[in-house]
Amino acid sequence: MIAPAAFFVLAVVLFVLGVIAFFVKKDLLTQFMAVEVMLNAGNLALLALAKASGRPDGQALVLFIITVAAAEAVIGLAIIVLIFRQRKSIRTDDLEDLKG
Amino acid sequence: MARYFWLIPLVPGASAFVLLLFGRRFSRRWVAWQASAAVFLSFALTVAALAKISAAGGGAAPLSKVLLSWIVSGAFSASVALTFDGLAAVMAAVVTGVGFLIHVYSAAYMAEDRAYSRYFAFLNLFTFFMLVLVLASDIVLMFVGWEGVGLCSYLLIGFWFDRPAAAAAGLKAFLVNRIGDAAFMVGVLFLLANVGSSSFAAINAAPGSGLLGPGPATLAAILLFVGATGKSAQIPLYVWLPDAMEGPTPVSALIHAATMVTAGVYMVCRLNGLFTASPAASSVVAWVGAVTAVYAATMALVQHDLKRVLAYSTISQIGYMFIGCGVGAYAAGMFHLLTHAFFKSLLFLAAGSVIHALGGEQDMRRMGGLRKRLPVTSFVFLIGALAVSGIPFLSGFFSKDAILTGAYAGGRYALYALGLAAAVLTAFYMFRLVYVAFYGAERTSPAPGAQSHEQPRAMTVPLIVLAVLSAVAGLIGLPALFGERANVIGRFLEGSFAAAAPHPAPSTEIALSLAATASALLGLGLAFLLYRRSPGIPARLAGRFPGIHRLLVRKYYVDEAYDAVIVRPLVRGAEAIYERFDLKVVDGALNGSAAAATRAGRGLNALQSGLVRDYALAFLLGAILFLGFLIL
Repeated sequence: MIAPAAFFVLAVVLFVLGVIAFFVKKDLLTQFMAVEVMLNAGNLALLALAKASGRPDGQALVLFIITVAAAEAVIGLAIIVLIFRQRKSIRTDDLEDLKG
Repeated sequence: MARYFWLIPLVPGASAFVLLLFGRRFSRRWVAWQASAAVFLSFALTVAALAKISAAGGGAAPLSKVLLSWIVSGAFSASVALTFDGLAAVMAAVVTGVGFLIHVYSAAYMAEDRAYSRYFAFLNLFTFFMLVLVLASDIVLMFVGWEGVGLCSYLLIGFWFDRPAAAAAGLKAFLVNRIGDAAFMVGVLFLLANVGSSSFAAINAAPGSGLLGPGPATLAAILLFVGATGKSAQIPLYVWLPDAMEGPTPVSALIHAATMVTAGVYMVCRLNGLFTASPAASSVVAWVGAVTAVYAATMALVQHDLKRVLAYSTISQIGYMFIGCGVGAYAAGMFHLLTHAFFKSLLFLAAGSVIHALGGEQDMRRMGGLRKRLPVTSFVFLIGALAVSGIPFLSGFFSKDAILTGAYAGGRYALYALGLAAAVLTAFYMFRLVYVAFYGAERTSPAPGAQSHEQPRAMTVPLIVLAVLSAVAGLIGLPALFGERANVIGRFLEGSFAAAAPHPAPSTEIALSLAATASALLGLGLAFLLYRRSPGIPARLAGRFPGIHRLLVRKYYVDEAYDAVIVRPLVRGAEAIYERFDLKVVDGALNGSAAAATRAGRGLNALQSGLVRDYALAFLLGAILFLGFLIL
């Protein structure tokens, strides 16, 4: 039996890895994957807390989040593909149209 | 048909509406026919209503109709209501009758003009507003017509707006009238506040019932009369009328001689209860009229422009009407208004015929001998000149005599003397015009394209009709000498006026008539001597008294004085305000706030790098701060 705290620590480690990856990497696809890691770290934290509290609500919530995240991933990937088609690049440093 | 009297203003109004919207698509023929027919229909309705009320005996049973209730505000209410009584009948007959003849005349006079339908639309619109003014049952609706005719006057003076002089004249007329109208409006509001009702009946009854004390009544009457001096071109607001001659000549005849400029006289007659109750205000009316009558006549002595002589003559004759109103002889004032409408529009239309035939020439020094070239025009002009001079048995003689008799019978001898002096001057300047322009040697150089023969029938027929009216219209207002029933118009108007004018003894009346005749003949004789017999005298006189001559030619420097005292300080003040306040404060505040926003933006726009990473960093820092805040 692994202690719920271990799951929680793993979730935090994953989240921090995701954050670091997001800031270190400069292509949109990798950054997107980093965002997904952070999201699932959040899921893991939710599950860990649900198990610790002994109530099923958290687990049900995570199922919903996974479903929605799947849809979101599809849209995110589609956007990345379209950006690549238009600009022939997915380097985030090239995308600075909003510069004031 | 008299039941439909409320259609009198609406028919020309509807015609003006159609012409303004679709006139450009109609043929010229149709435009002229429609506009003239609309006014003729109004005229027919006026005659029918007139027959109805005179059958009922004097203004005993005026027709009235409430068209709609307009303003309802607490205790005060005003409705769009028309009243057709004796006074309104006379005025409406002048407006529609003379107006119809002028429409017909215009069809030929304006035949060459590009903006034919615009001209007739404005002319119809003017007729509409004038009839609203005349038939209104209350002073608020009258004010609507009052402003409406002012607008049409502006539009028609500046009808040839591509000529700078015409555009400037229109503007001048409009602005000078604004001064009078502002006073008029204050007077109306003052009456509304004190009487609580806007109907003429209530206002006329107010001084008698104690609602309006003598002081307030005088104040209200004088404020309204200031409005009349603007519209009717009296001292001190007469300066716009001579310039208004820049408009087409039929417009000068209709608006600036026969109808609109007499609206002030009509208004004073309409409110005769108020004016009679205030002897001070009545005196002001009479004195302003008398001084204007002489003053304007002196300026007419030296003018060379045909139409300007007639314009000063109009100012002078309206002064006469105000003498009548001011001494309580309201019926005489209205009678002179009626005859003046005939002979002055006749003179203007005949002058227009001359100008038309000479290809736009208006200077009488370049005319002369027109009698042979334009026999009909010359003949009718002569009749008009005789009538305005007050030569016996033409219309002007009877109406002028009625006013002078009224002044004398009321014991106002100074006013009477001024009236007599104006009569001498009137006969003199009219016959100066006749002798210089129509007699003597021809001095015209035939302008290319100008026709030298007599005018088309559409122009001569209205001239002849007006000439007949100018000659015989006096017969409806014979003096009391001819019996009690002889003064048809006086009896007709009896119901409209609170107090009857005093009558002198028959022997005095004969003496007064003889005096008036003598003064007219004196003026005529002097003109004959100076401009026919020995034409060298006027130049020598001018050389002898150069100061007086220059004073008259420069019109007493009144335009210059107004310019120096009123116009230039206003313009300079406005310029100072523009430079100091508008440019510096208003524009400065606006430019300053815009500049501040730009500068602030320049500092903050460094935050907008456009890079996803920076936004994410800001997001992360924000989240950490937020969490830190929660935990701590």
